[in-house]
Amino acid sequence: MTPLDALPPPPPYQGIPQRRPQQPPLSLLCDPDAVELTGPVFGPADVDPGDADLTRRHPGEPIGERITVAGRVTDRRGRPVRGQLVELWQANAAGRYAHPDDRHPAPLDPNFTGAGRCLTDGEGRYRFVTIRPGAYPLDGRSAVWRPAHLHFSLFGTAFAQRLVTQMYFPGDPLLAHDSIARAVPEPAALDRLIGAYDPALNVPGHALGYRWDVVLDGPAATWTEGSR
Amino acid sequence: MASGTPPQTVGPYFGAALPYPGGGDLAPAGHPEAVTLHGYVLDGDGAPVPEALLEFWQPAPDGSRAGAPGSLRRDGVTFTGFARVATRGDGHYALRTLPPGGVPYLAVCLHVRGLQRHLFTRAYLASPADDPLLAAVPEERRGTLLAVPEPGGHRAYRFDVRLRGPGETVFLTV
Repeated sequence: MTPLDALPPPPPYQGIPQRRPQQPPLSLLCDPDAVELTGPVFGPADVDPGDADLTRRHPGEPIGERITVAGRVTDRRGRPVRGQLVELWQANAAGRYAHPDDRHPAPLDPNFTGAGRCLTDGEGRYRFVTIRPGAYPLDGRSAVWRPAHLHFSLFGTAFAQRLVTQMYFPGDPLLAHDSIARAVPEPAALDRLIGAYDPALNVPGHALGYRWDVVLDGPAATWTEGSR
Repeated sequence: MASGTPPQTVGPYFGAALPYPGGGDLAPAGHPEAVTLHGYVLDGDGAPVPEALLEFWQPAPDGSRAGAPGSLRRDGVTFTGFARVATRGDGHYALRTLPPGGVPYLAVCLHVRGLQRHLFTRAYLASPADDPLLAAVPEERRGTLLAVPEPGGHRAYRFDVRLRGPGETVFLTV
């Protein structure tokens, strides 16, 4: 038996080749009046306070380890991104999505749908209460399992700051073997996708806390300066 | 300067979380100026991409870029500037909106399973000679950004997105 840790890491995720553009993208810098410098706004009309607690969306208690996930959303200069939409989706504690296409033979949880949303507050903070997701095989036949992860969708103050990403959990042995997590620009960037256990975010007797801060990239700071 | 959080693939199961009722109905109900923008998302083989999510951001008809909350829960009246629409099984999407003010295009963000990160492009409803971005696009590729008016005067435009290969859409980056 080969110890798993002795296996070479997989190549970074290349996705589906026929969907991957071949031409280099064109820089928006040629258009100083670009609409992409502004972005959509969201408000209380879009989100109910209860949308951020994924454990309270059904009559019963979901199965699994309750967690809080919280942090700040800032731009590259550290300025808070306020009042913007953060969306979260994930598998349940057994590693299955409440999605008709997920055929992984792990149980569905009638008390867990795995989708939530919230708005960042005046300091750029967000906070979810949810269930720690389970790992699951990359495909039906695979011996490769995806590490536990939360999918996040975030908006910034500019459409060009749009971000869809995933948060991983600290100390997960599957991370070193996950091609998707490793598809980051450089190895150090993977650290920025891993939440940190933070006892200060624990709900005593109820939930474990993880802190994960998000930095929204682009547009280049010099470009946006004074533009709005 | 903090380093940005890297993107990760949207994955196959976002359909349970991101689409919402009325996501493609940006125009207020029954608005006489409403236009339809529709088309297909196609891969390098010309095959439809059934699991794509398109997001649109645009100025209001008066040119305002301030936007308005209420994009996720449409009230049928407010123009918010933001729309989100998924492709169906045949790769087709459709958006009902109002013509943007001040610029001739809608900004598009495209999320596709099988890509490491989302893509940006623009759907131009007209092609003015003085548009700085269009002017920067090689002439032979400019057409990929132009929505084509549908015949018949239905205020409808066709805008296909080709992810790869011949006729590959021009994608944008900051």
